[in-house]
Amino acid sequence: MENLVEIRDLKVEATTDAGRRIEIIQGVDLDIAPGEIVALIGESGSGKTTIALTVMGYARPGCRISGGTVMVAGKNMLALSEGQRAKVRGLEVSYVPQSAAAAFNPSKRIIDQVIEVTRIHKLMSPAEAKEKAIGLFKALSLPDPDGIGNRYPHQVSGGQLQRLAAAMALISDPKLIIFDEPTTALDVTTQIEVLRAFKAVMKKSGIAGVYVSHDLAVVAQIADRIVVLRGGAVQEVGTTAELLADARHPYTRELLSAFEPKPRGESVPVAPESRPLLQVNSLIAGYGPVQADGLPLIKAVQEASLVLERGRNLGIIGESGCGKSTLARSIAGILPASAGNLTLDGHELARSARQRSREQLRELQIVFQHADTSLNPAKSIEEILGRPLKFYHGMKGKARDARIDELLDMVRLSKALRSRTPAELSGGQKQRVNFARALAAEPKLIVCDEITSALDTVVAAAVIDLLKEMQRELSLSYIFISHDLSVVEAICDEIVVMYNGRKVEEITPAVSKVPQHPYSKLLFSSVPKLDPGWLDRLERDPELVKTYVQG
Amino acid sequence: MTISTTMPRRLSYRFSWVGMIGFAIILFWAVIALLAPHIIPYPVGEIVDEDYFGPMSSKLLLGSDYLGRDMLSRIIMGARYTVGISLAAVCLACFTGGALGMAAAVVGGWFDTVLSRFLDALNSIPSKLSGLVIAAAVGSSLSVLIVMLGVIYIPGAYRFARSLAVNINTMDYITVARTRGEGISYVVFSEILPNIIGPLLADFGIRFVFIVLLLSGLSFLGLGVQPPYADWGALVHENIGGLPFGAPAVIVPSLAIASLTISVNLLIDNLPKKIRDRSA
Repeated sequence: MENLVEIRDLKVEATTDAGRRIEIIQGVDLDIAPGEIVALIGESGSGKTTIALTVMGYARPGCRISGGTVMVAGKNMLALSEGQRAKVRGLEVSYVPQSAAAAFNPSKRIIDQVIEVTRIHKLMSPAEAKEKAIGLFKALSLPDPDGIGNRYPHQVSGGQLQRLAAAMALISDPKLIIFDEPTTALDVTTQIEVLRAFKAVMKKSGIAGVYVSHDLAVVAQIADRIVVLRGGAVQEVGTTAELLADARHPYTRELLSAFEPKPRGESVPVAPESRPLLQVNSLIAGYGPVQADGLPLIKAVQEASLVLERGRNLGIIGESGCGKSTLARSIAGILPASAGNLTLDGHELARSARQRSREQLRELQIVFQHADTSLNPAKSIEEILGRPLKFYHGMKGKARDARIDELLDMVRLSKALRSRTPAELSGGQKQRVNFARALAAEPKLIVCDEITSALDTVVAAAVIDLLKEMQRELSLSYIFISHDLSVVEAICDEIVVMYNGRKVEEITPAVSKVPQHPYSKLLFSSVPKLDPGWLDRLERDPELVKTYVQG
Repeated sequence: MTISTTMPRRLSYRFSWVGMIGFAIILFWAVIALLAPHIIPYPVGEIVDEDYFGPMSSKLLLGSDYLGRDMLSRIIMGARYTVGISLAAVCLACFTGGALGMAAAVVGGWFDTVLSRFLDALNSIPSKLSGLVIAAAVGSSLSVLIVMLGVIYIPGAYRFARSLAVNINTMDYITVARTRGEGISYVVFSEILPNIIGPLLADFGIRFVFIVLLLSGLSFLGLGVQPPYADWGALVHENIGGLPFGAPAVIVPSLAIASLTISVNLLIDNLPKKIRDRSA
């Protein structure tokens, strides 16, 4: 059968700001048959999005397609003029971006943006296009298909917006759709709805797809074939079942092994006479003006109580908006709690960080999700790590230099990185520096707020291993906040499930792994598994989904 | 130990030639201003030409002014006043305004509100008008001029620094510094300032140009630098009568003002850029 897409020896060059050219895609071959969904998988910087975009004959600013051919339905996209390419884009090949929220114009109604393609390519009258769009909304199982188009982008949820972006791509009946990490920004429970909708529509209409993702489990559900990329070159190609069962390339195996559940392993037994390290009693925190009862208007955390024993780890899990990060910020005193009390190591903690003593601040450190924004880009790694040493321990000169080397060594970074700025490090390296800064204070407790969610699977697994190792060596405790159950299971002795600002359940994996609360059940069952048939077999109680999923 | 630890940290910058031209002209005027008393061909007050508004000649390179004094010497000495007063005033405006702006962004609350409203009120008075009023009320000695020009431009510098600092203030590394227990001055000068120093320097340059122009304007109106001293604005004012004769005495100081302000603009639009690709 004739292939829909044939990419041969594709090369893409990027120009650095010193004027040097680097080949970021190094001779890639790729075929896509009509109706086939091919997944491009790899870590960030592996070139997966760059390759996907060349199918439209497009290279991002600063990049240039320097060689090879990209045949789409018999046309070489690279040989066409820009005007001829514009005729293909949106009509034969369309694109679903990673963040639909950023891709929609906030000041126009959704329906007008969805049918814009039909207007540009003069495919049908607006009335017909609207009718077709409503049909697509139904097929993508969007609520209120007749009315949803008249809303503005901010009036629908993230999962709905992502499906609306897919409707926009589908309206011109393209032969091929490029999905660029379409579910990465979504919660797991929402992700399932979106994946199901995509899969159903693609199968029904026989449209081919390029699915870019770094999540192997998600890809396993939707793709027919998987292409594993690294460093701008194809490492391994195979059908989904083949690749999952019998990966040949070491990198693919590494990706697969990052998915294997790693149990917490040995955990410190609680000494009965010792007092708990951290106690949180019916804490209430939120935003907005203070009401008559002394509580804020919007309560993001309601009556949360936690106990953390020394040397043990507590996981807090839940979806975006459940209040888990607010809880972390209240514990750290960044957002002072409105009610409730905190006890660290037997001493009462003030609600606001400003009123806590320097010693208390030192004992409780917080590490944030985005290493990009939590390391000052204008400072070198040396200065970033040196400051807490000087501030808390009064270290200077040689002693401080030696300690910085020690810290870098602890988090497995080369001493050569000392003089670099954060922009010159990779995502995983930055997160290690971020963590090393917390270690520099020599704390008793580190609150980790989603520290692995911005990292690639393999890198995240390495960071988790590092955390475990540090715990063994330094007798630390962690409060580990995440939306990713597998990460939390790997490191925590106790897991707290939060929903809508409340703690709904506390699970001790060592005792029982089976959640009791219906929301926990839903959440735990929504985590994608590597099995390609998982999505089709997954049955969810429609009542539960209706109650808890806003997607 | 790996070899890379011993490798020197290489920093390279890219500096466009337009920026270099601007920088060269600024450097030229700075050197002139510094060395002025030593390089003037004639004393500034001495009448050396029998004719007034004399043309350019080998004896008087830029001709003579309305009293027959040497124009070249007067321009060279004028550079001292124009560059010196403007520089002092812009430093006053940018240091005070910048520090207050960053502090307001970090402290927030009533401090920010009160300071912002007060400086907004100050900003709402047209700069020439307040210059005229102050000069008329307390006279215009050099120190009064510097303070006046500085104060007029503080609100702008404050607003600019505050708006930059507000964005930086929401970054996680500021939250980290605060939960570490750092004080306001550390947060302002060590965490925020290094990230906004580039735009602040650009603002410094623009504000310098504004001050040169305002000073020249005031001097042209006779309220700036007073005789026997003369800055470039005052030189234009003195010699305005030479305009019908096409005398160099009126054109040259105008060109001097233009060359300084334009080259400052060229420089700040083309500041050296750090090259991040270090493997090249």
